[in-house]
Amino acid sequence: MADLLRVENLAKRFGGIVATDDLTFAIPEGELHAVIGPNGAGKTTLIAQLSGQLVPDSGLIYFAGNDITAVPMHARSALGLARSFQITSLFLDLSVLDNVALAVQACAGHSFHFWRNARHEPELRDPARATLARVGLSARANLTASALSHGEHRQLELAMALASKPRLLLLDEPMAGLGPEESARMVATLRELKKELTILLVEHDMEAVFALADRITVLVYGRMIACGRPEDIRNNTQVRDAYLGEQEAVHG
Amino acid sequence: MTLFIEQCLNGLQFGLLLFLLAAGLTLVFGIMDLVNLAHGSLYMLGAYFAATFAAWTGSFVLGAILALAATLLVGMAVEVIAMRRLYGRDHLDHVLATFGLILFFDELVRLIWGAGGMSLPLPSWLNTSVRILPGVDYSAYKLSIIVVSLAVAVFLYILVMRTRLGMLIRAGASNREMIGALGVNIKLLFTLVFGLGAALAGLAGLMQAPILTVQIGMGENILILAFVITVIGGIGSIRGAFVAAIMVGFIDTLGRAYFTDLLRLAFTKETAATAAPALSSMLIYLLMAIVLVIRPEGLFPAGSK
Amino acid sequence: MRWTLDLRTVVVVLLLVALVLLPVYVELTGSRFLLTLFTRIVILALAAVSLNLILGYGGMMSFGHAAYLGIGGYAVGMLAFEGITSGFVQWPVALLASALFALVIGALSLRTRGVYFIMITLAFAQMAYYIVAGLARYGGDDGLTIQKRSQFFPPLNLSNKIQFYYICLALLFASIYLVWRLVNSRFGMAVQGARSNDTRMRAIGFPTYRYKLICFVIAGTLCGLAGALLANHTDFVSPAMMYWTRSGDLIVMVVLGGMGSIFGPLFGAVALLVLEEVLSGITEYWQIILGPLLLLVVLFARGGIDGLLGKVGQKVNHG
Repeated sequence: MADLLRVENLAKRFGGIVATDDLTFAIPEGELHAVIGPNGAGKTTLIAQLSGQLVPDSGLIYFAGNDITAVPMHARSALGLARSFQITSLFLDLSVLDNVALAVQACAGHSFHFWRNARHEPELRDPARATLARVGLSARANLTASALSHGEHRQLELAMALASKPRLLLLDEPMAGLGPEESARMVATLRELKKELTILLVEHDMEAVFALADRITVLVYGRMIACGRPEDIRNNTQVRDAYLGEQEAVHG
Repeated sequence: MTLFIEQCLNGLQFGLLLFLLAAGLTLVFGIMDLVNLAHGSLYMLGAYFAATFAAWTGSFVLGAILALAATLLVGMAVEVIAMRRLYGRDHLDHVLATFGLILFFDELVRLIWGAGGMSLPLPSWLNTSVRILPGVDYSAYKLSIIVVSLAVAVFLYILVMRTRLGMLIRAGASNREMIGALGVNIKLLFTLVFGLGAALAGLAGLMQAPILTVQIGMGENILILAFVITVIGGIGSIRGAFVAAIMVGFIDTLGRAYFTDLLRLAFTKETAATAAPALSSMLIYLLMAIVLVIRPEGLFPAGSK
Repeated sequence: MRWTLDLRTVVVVLLLVALVLLPVYVELTGSRFLLTLFTRIVILALAAVSLNLILGYGGMMSFGHAAYLGIGGYAVGMLAFEGITSGFVQWPVALLASALFALVIGALSLRTRGVYFIMITLAFAQMAYYIVAGLARYGGDDGLTIQKRSQFFPPLNLSNKIQFYYICLALLFASIYLVWRLVNSRFGMAVQGARSNDTRMRAIGFPTYRYKLICFVIAGTLCGLAGALLANHTDFVSPAMMYWTRSGDLIVMVVLGGMGSIFGPLFGAVALLVLEEVLSGITEYWQIILGPLLLLVVLFARGGIDGLLGKVGQKVNHG
């Protein structure tokens, strides 16, 4: 299977802090690749660079064989990359349906249409409704986004990323702040999505990671200390010392 | 040549006056993240208070001191009553609310002092010239403005760099949440900083009163320059405000003085007279635009101080 | 837009009807002053509608919007001074000049955010003010009298105060309708999205800069039209029209009326100017009330009049 995403010698510093340290890895199409690591490991910074929000200091990013390192953020979703945010980043004063419809609109050509009411355009509303159904938010479609619970916000985050029909989904802690029921639902949704697209999943929830991931990369201080199949990672002593050990201590 | 030296001194004097105004603004902006359009109103109040108290007490200096105290009190009162509720809010809210304060203070001044403006005459011992260089006489009063402003600048430097209060101010300018975590009484700190800014504005207002103007709306005219200086210098940076203020003071004064002559070479006297102030003002805004494009954080961003 | 019978709709309808019937009332009572006042209200409401587009819907806080009033006004004034009194030349020039100015200022300013954006739009507007004040030929600081209003084909006669009022009113209604269609279109959704969360907009694929810029230009052009109307109304233009505190007045109107609502700017213009008239009849120091009033609105009634009508209307329906 060809590599959909390839990262070569990616590096990023903020002043004295090394956020990404000479990172190289590749994700073949169809894989769900998890990235784990302690806080401050540079996981969100990695996603920010992959999505174009941050410019790496050095290194290259290849998507479907093309060098996208210099491509600006707003152009990457047209290429097939979509991202969800760790801290919910929605259009809180617009309705849930409006939120997803905007994501659909972004991929529906230019928006220099000044007359027709966008809320009455089936080309925008129908795919939006379909995406909401996918994540289980159909019932909340007409509510203002700010009225949703935290769990529903995380679902909407996912819906926004899905609406552009991406090839690669960059998910930044989709389970953040979710209770056990909601987490289980999210895992089920992701398991379904796995069949259709490639996913890079940054997560702290180890149950979810080991349930979903085909391969796992472990980051510590921006550097990859291990990359491999879940069983290999689970048994890797370096990883246990650096990260999993503290996870077990936390979860008992 | 003597004219040139005189104009340079004028530029310095105006620049220092602007610095006093901008320093307060940049402090409040940097520490409390508060956009205060009514800063010009405090400048106006300083001038009006000074004119009134000087007339009452018969002494220029006593009037000035009382005016300073009064402006400080008004500033702190405004902080407690109005500004406190604005912290943490959108900048748009600050702009709107403080714009409302401008309207309020303009009318209040009109109510108390009338629409006609006031004058603040200089005492005879200041109303003379001083020979600073052979063949160069300069107004004693303007010289004293320079001296007082520089003294205040030094005082501010010592305050910000060498005292505990100053350390809190610098820390707050780069990281607001941290000073809260240090267990400092934030409310008191903010009131003091705002009061300090108000006093600086009042000082600038009262010092320029004898030579420029005491009238309603004087704050609005000069406020923009103060904001421009804040942006050029870097929000939250006193050093930046100083450098930028001197630059702006020179550009404005020398521009007005020499553009008229330059333009008169090519245009009529009338055209030159009206176009010259326009050109020197434009230059200042152009400078700000350039700084914003090349170095949006300003010349001396607060983090680097 | 679903039309429900709520308080807000009732007030809007009454207001619109009152505005249309005003000249009738004026004829009956001979109160010419009211006509002058409301012509001014309608023109400034048009300016407020244009500002609401970028401020209320676009989240772009421009403190230099009054500059377009001046540009539009001076286009008319300067051309009239040079002997060109045809509205067919003056008004397109006013619109074009405003559009160009907005394009240049917007292109530079929109590279900044937040308070820097406020400052830079303010600075550019002040530059325009100083340029105009420096034009000795056109009156400089003292301003310029307009001897003859914009000429169109008869029977259109702008010097006829009633005709002029209806022209302004028609243009106001047209602008409100235009803005309504604009904000609900794909373009409008893009601009609103950029206001709501610019980073997310770019993340999902919108190059937000270009949409905000176009929006900025449209708003500036519309305000230029208001400027041309204002020049005709007062038969006079002066740099004071574009002083930054006038931009503040426009912002007050938009916020007072209710930012980001269709009729908010109209509510705001009517409220502010009527309040000004009424209060100045009571005391000449009426701005002392306006100042703190603004502060209170900011703190407690951010939705402005439009928001209040919505809330009160709800209470009435459910109470």
